[in-house]
Amino acid sequence: MAEEIDQQVYDDLIAQGKSERVATAKAKAAAVRQQKQQQAAEEPAQQAQPAASSPPAGDGGQAGGQAAATMAEAGVMTPEQRQERVRQALQAKQGETGGQAGEKAPSAKFAGQEHTHRLLAMVPPSGIQQIRGKQEDKVYTWPHLISSEFIALMAVTAGLTVMAVFVNAPLLALANPTNTPNPSKAPWYFMGLQELLLYFHPMVAGVTIPTVMLVGLAAVPYVDRNPSRRPENRKTIIVAFTVFMVFWAVLVMVGSFFRGPGLNWVWPWVDGLWFAL
Amino acid sequence: MSRIPNADDVKKGVQDNVIWKSIFRPGSIYRKGYRDTSRDRALAAMNNVLYHLHPVKVKRHGLKLSYTYCLGGTSFFLFILLTVTGIFLMFFYTPAAGSGSEIAYADMQDLSAAVPFGSFVRNMHRWAAHLMTLTVFLHMARVFYHGAYKPPREFNWIVGIVLLLLTLLLAFTGYLLPWDQLALWAVSVGTDMMGYTPVFGDQVQFVLLGGVQIGPETLLRWYVLHVLALPFVLTIFLAVHFWRIRKDGGISGPL
Ligand code: HEM
Repeated sequence: MAEEIDQQVYDDLIAQGKSERVATAKAKAAAVRQQKQQQAAEEPAQQAQPAASSPPAGDGGQAGGQAAATMAEAGVMTPEQRQERVRQALQAKQGETGGQAGEKAPSAKFAGQEHTHRLLAMVPPSGIQQIRGKQEDKVYTWPHLISSEFIALMAVTAGLTVMAVFVNAPLLALANPTNTPNPSKAPWYFMGLQELLLYFHPMVAGVTIPTVMLVGLAAVPYVDRNPSRRPENRKTIIVAFTVFMVFWAVLVMVGSFFRGPGLNWVWPWVDGLWFAL
Repeated sequence: MSRIPNADDVKKGVQDNVIWKSIFRPGSIYRKGYRDTSRDRALAAMNNVLYHLHPVKVKRHGLKLSYTYCLGGTSFFLFILLTVTGIFLMFFYTPAAGSGSEIAYADMQDLSAAVPFGSFVRNMHRWAAHLMTLTVFLHMARVFYHGAYKPPREFNWIVGIVLLLLTLLLAFTGYLLPWDQLALWAVSVGTDMMGYTPVFGDQVQFVLLGGVQIGPETLLRWYVLHVLALPFVLTIFLAVHFWRIRKDGGISGPL
């Protein structure tokens, strides 16, 4: 129905040299306008009908069906029709609940659709938002997620408290720019870079490699166009990333534990630990 | 009608008044009449400030420890813990150094010697900082292995990279503040490298250090970065990060 166009208008416009797109749009608009006019003309007649044959209160089912039929014919309801339908439906409902006196069982009329909001019945189907998407297996945030978060939070706090009670943060002698300790080490998260410094020019190890790494990481989602998230479909990139991470972890470990004075190689269990957090 | 009020009376008295009701929105678990029904569970989430972070319902698989390992959440919690302990430390610390006025270092000594809980809070701050760098790294790895950076989450991955960088910078600027030999020389190793930036090397170093080498100006500069500028920027990126998690359809998966 929505795709109906007024052929006459369309032909005229094409003849006038209008583009296909413009002609279609205008012809469609014309069709819709015509339809509305037609409806307006029919309406008084239709409205008179249910009013004339309006059944006594209580017999709402039939009238409701009639209204629905009218709606189906015209495609839309006028506000008056809608009001009338609501009134009749309410009357019918009152009659039923009155009869069942406080019983909670849903009436036969609504059986199987308890979860539908009843006002939806008044909305033309095209007016209902269609939501496509899978039903997902979900749980309530409260209490499920909140309680696990709380447990995690408590565990972290407990662990840190124990650590803070028993292990003191280091505080060495006052900073002295003229007395370079041997070895001088970066904090552990930069130890990989410091280790690279032993093999590369400082510009490469200190600037080029970190920049390339950050940009490379940021580019991952745009480079990896494989849509699958399943590990078995992503073997290559998983191996690549794992190699990268292990390589980095090894560099950090080596720099932290196996480098002593002069940043020469040491065995921590022989020469002791040259490492501070 | 005088009888001793029992627990229920007390509860009613506390909950059934205008002040209490004005604080806790309908559906709050602290309000009178909360029942453990679907409706009230939904309302409890919706009418809580945590609604800024969490939707009413979450995917069941996301709750399993083996999905997120709670690494993002732990990083966030550590950030809060660091803020709290950091504020405490700020009361006892002056970012001043230089011969004749080594206040920063003296403050660090006082902190463990004279301030109640001073060394405990300092330890907590330091260990939490190391842990946070670690959890952020691991969080990144977890996101990678789940392919959670794939559409529509590409941009949140980039926000994450910025968060990683900011976390490292926060850790690094904080490292200088005790102004002891460890701080000074660990930081020099890092800043020496920045001096090798092509073309602008010297300028970059000068801006970062507030001079040609690490000195009292550096301390002040890094202090402001550490306690104000970087946490501010991090907070903004965190807001975007969390907002995007929800807009991108919540946690990814199941695999
Ligand atoms: C300050 C640091 C960070 C904090 C506090 C943080 C926090 C969070 C939280 C709480 C989540 C929810 C899921 C979970 O807990 O795993 C999350 C998800 C996510 N984070 Fe982070 N994050 C940080 C850094 C990063 C980094 C470094 C990356 C990557 C480079 C990243 C990328 C992501 C992505 C893509 C998601 C969505 C994951 C999914 O849907 O499965 N974040 N983040």
